[in-house]
Amino acid sequence: MDQSALLAVLLTIVTASTPLLLAALGELVTERAGVLNLGVEGMMVMGAVAGFAVALMTGSPYLGIVASALAGALLAVPFGVLTLNLVANQVATGLALTLLGLGLSGLIGERFVGQPGVRLQKLAIPGLSDIPFVGPILFGQDVLVYLSIALAVLVSWVVFRSRAGLILRAVGDNHASAHALGYSVIRVRWAAVLFGGAMAGLGGGYLSLAYTPQWIENMTAGRGWIALALVVFSSWLPSRLVIGAYLFGAVTILGFFVQGLGVGVPAQLLSSLPYIVTIAALVVISTRRGRARADTPACLGQPFVPDR
Amino acid sequence: MKKWSALTRRDAMASALAGSVALALSASLAGPAAAADKLKAAWVYVGPVGDFGYSYQHDQGRIAVEKALGDKVQTTFVENVPEGPDAERAIERLARDGNKLIFTTSFGFMDPTLKVAKKFPDVKFEHATGYKRADNVATFSARFYEGRYVIGQIAGKMTKSGTIGYIVSFPIPEVVSGINAFMLGAQSVNPNVKVKIIWVNSWYDPGKEADAAKVLIGQGADILTQHTDSTAALQVASEKGILGFGQSSDMDKFAPKAQITSIVDDWSHYYIGRVKAALDGSWKAVDTWDGMKEDAVVLPPIKNVPDDVKAMAEKTAAAIKAGTLKPFGGKITKQDGSVVENLDDGAILSMNWYVKGIDDKLPQ
Repeated sequence: MDQSALLAVLLTIVTASTPLLLAALGELVTERAGVLNLGVEGMMVMGAVAGFAVALMTGSPYLGIVASALAGALLAVPFGVLTLNLVANQVATGLALTLLGLGLSGLIGERFVGQPGVRLQKLAIPGLSDIPFVGPILFGQDVLVYLSIALAVLVSWVVFRSRAGLILRAVGDNHASAHALGYSVIRVRWAAVLFGGAMAGLGGGYLSLAYTPQWIENMTAGRGWIALALVVFSSWLPSRLVIGAYLFGAVTILGFFVQGLGVGVPAQLLSSLPYIVTIAALVVISTRRGRARADTPACLGQPFVPDR
Repeated sequence: MKKWSALTRRDAMASALAGSVALALSASLAGPAAAADKLKAAWVYVGPVGDFGYSYQHDQGRIAVEKALGDKVQTTFVENVPEGPDAERAIERLARDGNKLIFTTSFGFMDPTLKVAKKFPDVKFEHATGYKRADNVATFSARFYEGRYVIGQIAGKMTKSGTIGYIVSFPIPEVVSGINAFMLGAQSVNPNVKVKIIWVNSWYDPGKEADAAKVLIGQGADILTQHTDSTAALQVASEKGILGFGQSSDMDKFAPKAQITSIVDDWSHYYIGRVKAALDGSWKAVDTWDGMKEDAVVLPPIKNVPDDVKAMAEKTAAAIKAGTLKPFGGKITKQDGSVVENLDDGAILSMNWYVKGIDDKLPQ
């Protein structure tokens, strides 16, 4: 493999992994609070259309990023009202949210289809970005790539090292006790749901602003579901989530790379490889039983009604 | 026109629209019976009409029908219909709604179409790219491979690295015959040309298509083509400053500096002809396979290449239209070394092998 081919592969892995990482980080926090929101795909696609539209109208991809996060959070609002305040079934509401997001984004985006988008430029740090090979990978990415890594570190720190994280996990693991201690379970969950929506929106915004700067209906193409699976894969640990997202991205791209070499490995096998690897890793993790169970938020998916 | 979607979206809007349209109609025509005399025709799409590719082109055909025969026909469409059992529900709903001519436009709608056709013998059905017919089910497709021969020739001339990247969806005969025609065209002007192939196992995933494009360019491809439906690969080509081809629709405005030409599916002539046949009673359940000659496969004006290449491609296209050049005529060497000759339609429609020189093993 010569250097330029290797560089192309590595750069492509980063762009393929970043939207998954962003959306999955949000869902991780939501699930840590005990809420299962299956609407990631819907919130992602809303982020994609909003980011694209605002960037196009203002000419600024950065305003587009802000808009995508807001749109994701906004779509999470009906989910919050239904599941947290009205105690509706989380699974059904989440699925409905995905359908709503896909439909609504198609409707909003109708007039943006076919318009050339505004690209989120890659950073160019004089000196550093020009270093051969290492420069473009480490110092030449766009701002969302760095943000995704920074947020992974931040989420990890907040969840495990801060008082807010302690409350978040208490709410997710035993909402009755958290309530008895005087914490507002509903309020904490609301915050987590909104954060999850904003992050899913960012993931979608990455698609329409940096990955493929255009808007087309259903452009998330199932990435929200993969983000959901990655959260389980990571056993709710942000550090493992980074590994999972990049592993998934890497195996997908390497599959393409091997096909391009024309060595005769069946294409179906290569395209199922990311899923096989993810499942294999999941099996390995879950064989260490005590650990996996300890990490699963105990109240995940359970509704909470304050009794007094 | 009334439209509704499998995902219930636009329902509210559509019914509001339908309401106001109905009001306007009864006011202007001064008689509610006028609308009932129209033939109701419906289309079922696998993707969104906004894909700017395959489904978009079918919908352009439907719009052409409205334009040409709007006073005699009322059209409806359903988009985003998944292939499989769900499709049966969508098709049946259209038949129950009183549609008398229903076009189902994706390969995976074949069995659902036949099932519904059995229940509604007085409704006419038309299924695209399939091979099963019945008394009230016709089939149709287009000879996309003819266009692919022409663009293969252009690519063979234009490549400097000698490597062309080809992004594909699923190993069905339509796609495989496209790859082979492309390669034969390229080889006709550049015997040592290499075609690298990546299967993304999806008709529509802009992200994956873009990824595959980037990987191919990294591996030395300096021209891209694809048999997937989004504009992503062409946009990557544009970004990297190389050339490529559009698919299904004219994608020029997405990548004006990269698109040489495109394989455009133009269904309008076929649809208008079939609706007319249904109106005058001459409709029959036949199979139609039109190509460049019938303007079912159209190449938009060739650009971004030198004049001699353009002239060569136009000459080739003219020869295919005239019937003097057949992409699968003459002797063809398969990947395994065996030789076949003058393939007939049956052989093209069931193609499951590569021609010699393709740098891939065909998934079986």
